[in-house]
Amino acid sequence: MSRTQHIIPSGIVFAVGCWIAWVSYTQQPSEAFLFPRLISTAFVALAGWTFVKALLGWSKIGSGITRTMAINLFPGLVVSLIYIFWAAKTLGFYTATAIGFFILLTLYDPAPHDQIKSWTKRAIITACFVAVMYGVFALLLKVYTPREILF
Amino acid sequence: MEFIYYFGDVFTPVNFALLLAGTIGGLILGATPGLSPTMAVALLIPFTFHLEATQGLILLGAAYTSTVAGGAVSAILLKIPGAPANIATTLDGHAMAKKGEGAKALQLSFLASAVGGIFGVLLLIFLTPLLAKWALAFGPSHLFWLAILGVTIIGSLDSASVVKGLLSGCIGLWLATIGFDDIMGAQRFIFHPSLGGGINIIAALIGLFAIPQVLTMFAKGRQGDGVEVIKVQKHSIRDAIRELFSRKRALAIGTAVGSIIGLIPGVGGQIAGLVAYDQTKKFSPEREKFGKGHPEGVIAAEAANNAMVGPSLVPLLTLSIPGSPTAAVLLGGLLIHGIFPGTDLFDNHPDVAWTFINSMLIGQVLMCIFGLYVAGLAAKVAMVPQSVMAAVVLGLSVFGAYSVQSSMGDVYVMASLGVMMYFLERFGFSAAPLVLGLILGPIAEANFIQGSMIANATDGMASYFVGGTLNILLIGVVVASIIYSVVMELRHHRITNTPQERTLV
Repeated sequence: MSRTQHIIPSGIVFAVGCWIAWVSYTQQPSEAFLFPRLISTAFVALAGWTFVKALLGWSKIGSGITRTMAINLFPGLVVSLIYIFWAAKTLGFYTATAIGFFILLTLYDPAPHDQIKSWTKRAIITACFVAVMYGVFALLLKVYTPREILF
Repeated sequence: MEFIYYFGDVFTPVNFALLLAGTIGGLILGATPGLSPTMAVALLIPFTFHLEATQGLILLGAAYTSTVAGGAVSAILLKIPGAPANIATTLDGHAMAKKGEGAKALQLSFLASAVGGIFGVLLLIFLTPLLAKWALAFGPSHLFWLAILGVTIIGSLDSASVVKGLLSGCIGLWLATIGFDDIMGAQRFIFHPSLGGGINIIAALIGLFAIPQVLTMFAKGRQGDGVEVIKVQKHSIRDAIRELFSRKRALAIGTAVGSIIGLIPGVGGQIAGLVAYDQTKKFSPEREKFGKGHPEGVIAAEAANNAMVGPSLVPLLTLSIPGSPTAAVLLGGLLIHGIFPGTDLFDNHPDVAWTFINSMLIGQVLMCIFGLYVAGLAAKVAMVPQSVMAAVVLGLSVFGAYSVQSSMGDVYVMASLGVMMYFLERFGFSAAPLVLGLILGPIAEANFIQGSMIANATDGMASYFVGGTLNILLIGVVVASIIYSVVMELRHHRITNTPQERTLV
């Protein structure tokens, strides 16, 4: 794993640590920030040490992210984030889950995309999963989810 | 002997049904590669929110016990450990399966798991009340140091890098401070309206343990699983029982090693299985047979990883320090029902505590009985493609996080923490200390504030927090655990000069 791959995350963590420390030591009332001050001091010290180690090239722990991994991960991550941060509330949980689940299956299923059989299988698995989720959460646990766009 | 009084409560229809469901479900989940016991228990927590505290804990305890044992199925039949705790089982278990002794290996693994597990739960029954009484002597300063000890011990022992482990713990402690301050009512770090009530522990647990696993599966791409399940021939259960007790040494070493390791906070089943396997091999006159399908390898590893389960709950139920990452998730399950470990649990909720502990004892027997029958089905479930598993876990995570408070904010928190944890894990950070920080943070802060009020009215902060035998002892353990881990890390680097990989979750 390259030095840059260590520097970026440890730099972000260090920056977050500095922000927490700054907020903890500047915000009032000071009694409310007593414990955050204690934590943020340790946080900045440890994050600073990690960042310096990364800068000097001493960081060796962690396997990082390879180009292939990033390429594989990207579509799934994007679909998941759209599903969670937009579709679930806008389209409704069950509609969004059905669409998101089917897209993810299609993206990562090793079965060939040119066969009707594999598309049918994916549709059946998706329908079964959404039915189970509806049975458990809507009927059994009585969890009220955001209104569905289709029904 | 108070536990006997509550023994009958395990057998009420609802409690027993939940125990059965947790056991059978846990065996199947445990056999599924990629679904670790910690993640399985984290995904189950939202369901327990809708149950009574006792019922919820029975379900979680059964799932914890049986996911560890169920991991042996895929370890033996597929050579893929269902959980990190089953790594040692693959060494001889799969070799036995390849020799046509798959059924025997499965039977031995479940029987050894049950023996080890029952011994571990008995330790839990007899040690917990003693430690809980001792915990009565703890004041705010001691409880503060205990919470810090919980974070540092897991941070230093459960992470590849001590500094990154401790830093993960700090991140968790900071996340716990988000929201309104309890005493002054001041807003702290609320940079989004959904964080006003603080970070919901269940949503965080799901995000931190399940989402990184989903993203790991995505990162592997469109892989055909390409694994073959070895078919098992019939084998007499009586012969398996006879064989188990003819290999008493392996069973005893596995049980003893697992029980001792379980009592040490922060050390998980993976270590227990591997240490027990190694020690059994050292003391065996047939050491050359290990790794080639020797039953003692399976017996030692499985007895150890289940013997670890009960003792790992001793520091959790008495001192709020989880003995393993899964125990940390169980602590979250306790806290959502407003129950605090220690004297509160045993004095104010003895029915909850003892019914839960008794259910774990019965659960070991059920796990053994059903394990032998469910193994075939579990092996088939283990063949479910990673694409399906990833999508299922993602869907369950979203519904699970939402169902706790019917809040989209919790879903956003779950997803944000999960994505953050995936990238942090890739760079050597660990989820277990972060979770511990998040769970123990409020306990540490409450006792720190209470302690500082007492200190200001008496001898001052330094003398209150650093003075006294118990404070010095606790600080000593915190420092010793960090120094030990630093020395071990340096030694490991010197020997191998390669990055160390240790994952216990």
